[in-house]
This record gives sequence, structure tokens and C-alpha cells, in this order.
Amino acid sequence: MSLIDYLPIAIMFGIAVGFAVASLVLSRLIGPKNPTPEKLEPYECGIVPLQDPVQRFPVKFYLVAMLFVIFDIEIVFLFAWAVRFHDLGWYGVGAVGVFTLLLIETLVYVWKRGALDWNIAHRRRRVVDRQLREAA
Amino acid sequence: MTSLLETLFTTPLWSGLIKAIAVFSLLMLTALVLVWFERRVVAFMQNRIGPNRAGPFGILQTLADGLKLMFKEGIRPRKVEVGMYLAAPIAAMIPAFLIFMVVPIGAPIHIGDATVTLQGADLNVGLLVVLAKSSLAVYSIVLAGWASGSKYPLLGGVRATAQMISYEAAMGLALVPVVVLASAQLAGGDVGLGTMSFATIVELQQGSFRGPIPGWFVFWLLPSFVIFFTAAVAETNRAPFDLVEAESEIVGGYHTEYSGFRFAMFFLAEYINMFNVCAIAVTLFLGGWLGPGADLPYVGWAVPIFWFLVKTYALLFLLVWIRATLPRFRYDQLMSLGWKRLIPISLVWLVLFALVRAWQSFGAPWS
Repeated sequence: MSLIDYLPIAIMFGIAVGFAVASLVLSRLIGPKNPTPEKLEPYECGIVPLQDPVQRFPVKFYLVAMLFVIFDIEIVFLFAWAVRFHDLGWYGVGAVGVFTLLLIETLVYVWKRGALDWNIAHRRRRVVDRQLREAA
Repeated sequence: MTSLLETLFTTPLWSGLIKAIAVFSLLMLTALVLVWFERRVVAFMQNRIGPNRAGPFGILQTLADGLKLMFKEGIRPRKVEVGMYLAAPIAAMIPAFLIFMVVPIGAPIHIGDATVTLQGADLNVGLLVVLAKSSLAVYSIVLAGWASGSKYPLLGGVRATAQMISYEAAMGLALVPVVVLASAQLAGGDVGLGTMSFATIVELQQGSFRGPIPGWFVFWLLPSFVIFFTAAVAETNRAPFDLVEAESEIVGGYHTEYSGFRFAMFFLAEYINMFNVCAIAVTLFLGGWLGPGADLPYVGWAVPIFWFLVKTYALLFLLVWIRATLPRFRYDQLMSLGWKRLIPISLVWLVLFALVRAWQSFGAPWS
């Protein structure tokens, strides 16, 4: 196994980029060019856009991204163990068992915190419920 | 002639070039057939006729559509971020083509003294390469959505990103048992290592599971297969997970502002990705190119390719069937299916499978 084995992939990269760029350029050359101010407006169901697009979106998407980073890194660790599964024997299974239990515990924690509830109304209700319980 | 072919396939540069061109042609052809296949099958399921004019049975319909899009005006709206807007379709194409390079489509064939693997590149980290490149596919969508400078693409883009990364975690977890099983099957191998190479994983599925049932990994790992396939449908943004382009809510999603051939590239990448995930599912769980008849005279070399395509198209038919049958999810249902069902189930299944497999391989831990 050496770097030369990756050569077909590098060639494929070249072909894919070449095909994409060439067909876009070709399409640009042979397609009509007839821009009008209305045509160049952002899409708004046929009416003139009333306001600029808001380049902001709900913070919960960030939350999903953060959770993904955590889980994806843990999956990479699991692959490293899985390749040597037979080699490491019960020791490996035990170590990864503890690791996976921690992972499950993380999931339970974020679940209970409401981070996995997409519906914010639910999340807020849960917090309110807790405050009511604590007050009582 | 034989000697020329031999030389060609023993020189890394030429064999690499031939393989890359072969895979490229295969994928383009597949995309053309697949779009027609899907439209036709869905049409029959909905009691319609579907495309039947261009070529025999309408099989050239996709080519006609592609040519039409080629001659259309590529509108570039005023508000776009030009560089990224133009780069996004290209970024969608590249991972789609690269993923298939590690999938073996047939048994190695012999030309003279040279052994030619019917696989772009037999990498020992094949599985990781696939996961890495399917992560890269997210970039094109988030770039397209963000660079369009319009509401619906932005919403579609962030939705797609959240969906794809959620299901990617489930997909990665569903693949860990495959590597565990491969390592146990190899029983340590020569160097005490398991494998993530696709070619080796296919070879490990020879033999039998119980009696006449073949030794495909799906019989050991049915839960993994189900999770992987579900996650794969979500990864490719197919119905019932096609909220990314839910036309009743957000118009065309991330490609609303794309027209002409730029749109065609997103479309092409989506269909190639469908083929990719089905080919990967076949390779890892359904025995890849394994099947009876590989020792037939003259056509023996083509039989594995036939089996590979039959299995892959069976899964693709399943994808189309799902699309024609199931209604679209709501977004919160989608996220809770990913995070509250698939990920916990795949974690628990991984632990269970590792325990059972370790018991079988090493005996009781206290002995």
C-alpha cells in the first residue's frame, strides 16, 4: 500500500473537475443570454422581493452541528478499535464498552436537556414545567 | 495485443487512467438510465405511462433533457456570491464521482500475467474514504444555499446540512459492526489487523452463513443494514426525507436559484449518489459481486458484474418504491428519527454485537 494506489482517484478527480467545468463553459457558450432586471431578482414566487433575504437562521442548526462533531469524532475512535477487534480481544471490547456507555450517557444527557427536541415550543414548555415543579 | 494490454494494466498511470475513464463512463451511463428508470417505475406505480417517446421505451429521455438544459440560459441572479455560487455545482459532482472509485464491481480478471481488479482503487482505508467523501458532499449544498442570496435556498441549505450530518452519524455507527465482523472473520489476518478494504470485505462474504444461505454480512448484521439503508436514503435527500427540496414549503430548496446546466449538475450528482449508496450497501452487506456462475466458460468474467448490477438495481428499485409509497416527513420527525431512534439503536446494537461476537471468538471473558 503506497501513495501510488491513490493515483486512479487523483485522475478521477481531474476528470470530474474537467467534465464539470467543460460542460458549464460549453453551456454558457451555446445558451442564450438575455438577462432582464426582473429575471435577475431573487426568487420570490413571482412578485418583486419586498426585503433583502435575511442571512440568519435558527441557532438550533448550530446545536445539531456541534452534536454531530462530538458523535462523528467518537465514531472515528470506534473504527480504530473495530479494525483491531480480533487482536485486542476482551480488553478492547471492555474498553470500547466503557467508551460507548459514556457516549450513550452523553446522548441521554442532551436528550434530557431537550437539545434533541426540534420543536422549540416543546423545549420551552419543558423548562417551564421544571420551573413550576421547583417552585411547588 | 495481449502484451500491449498487459503493459497497459501493469503501468500504474495507464491502468489508473483506464479505470478512471471506465468508472466515469459507467456512472454517466448509470445516471442516464437511472433517471429514466425512476420516472418510468414511478409512472407505472401511479398508473401513468411515463416518458416513452425518446428512443426505445423512452430510454433516451434523460439524454434529451440533458441536451435541452445545455441549451438553456444560465441565469445568475443579482444577489449571488459569484465565486461560491459557481463552485457549488462542481463541488457536488466531485464527491459523487470519487466515492464509486473504491467499490469493486466484479471479480479480478486476468489478462496474460496481469491481474486486473475491477475497482478504481483498492484502498486499505476504503470505508473511511467513503465516509469522508460523503461528508464532503454536504459542502456543495451549504455553499449553494448560502451563496444564492435568497430565502428559500438558504432555508433549504441549512435544512439539508442538519439532515445530512445527523444521518451521517447514524450511517457511520451502522458501519462499525461491518468492520468488527470483517476483523473477526479474518481472525487477525497476517499482520493482526482487520480490514476496511472493500475488495477484502467482499471476499470475506464467500462461504455460507447457515447451510445454503450465503455468507453475506446482512445475515449477521440485519439491524446495521436497515440503519445504513435508512440513513443512506436520508443522505441522498430522497423521499421520504426530501424536505431539502420540499416544493410545497421552500420551492426548490438549495437549487432554487440554479438554472440550465448548473441545475443539471446537482441533479446528476443526486442520481449518481443514489447509485453510490446502493452499490456500497450491496458491497458491504449483500455480498457485492458474489453469485453463482462465475466459472462458466467465456462469459465467466462478466457474471460477477451481472450479479453486482442486479443487486444494486434491486436496491435502487426499493428506493424508487419507497419514494412512490411514503409521504414526506415533517422536519421535527426527521430529526427525532435520526437522533432519538437511529443513533441510540445503532449504539446499543454495536455493543450487543461486539459482546456476542467476542464471546464466539474468545470464549467467556473469565475463562
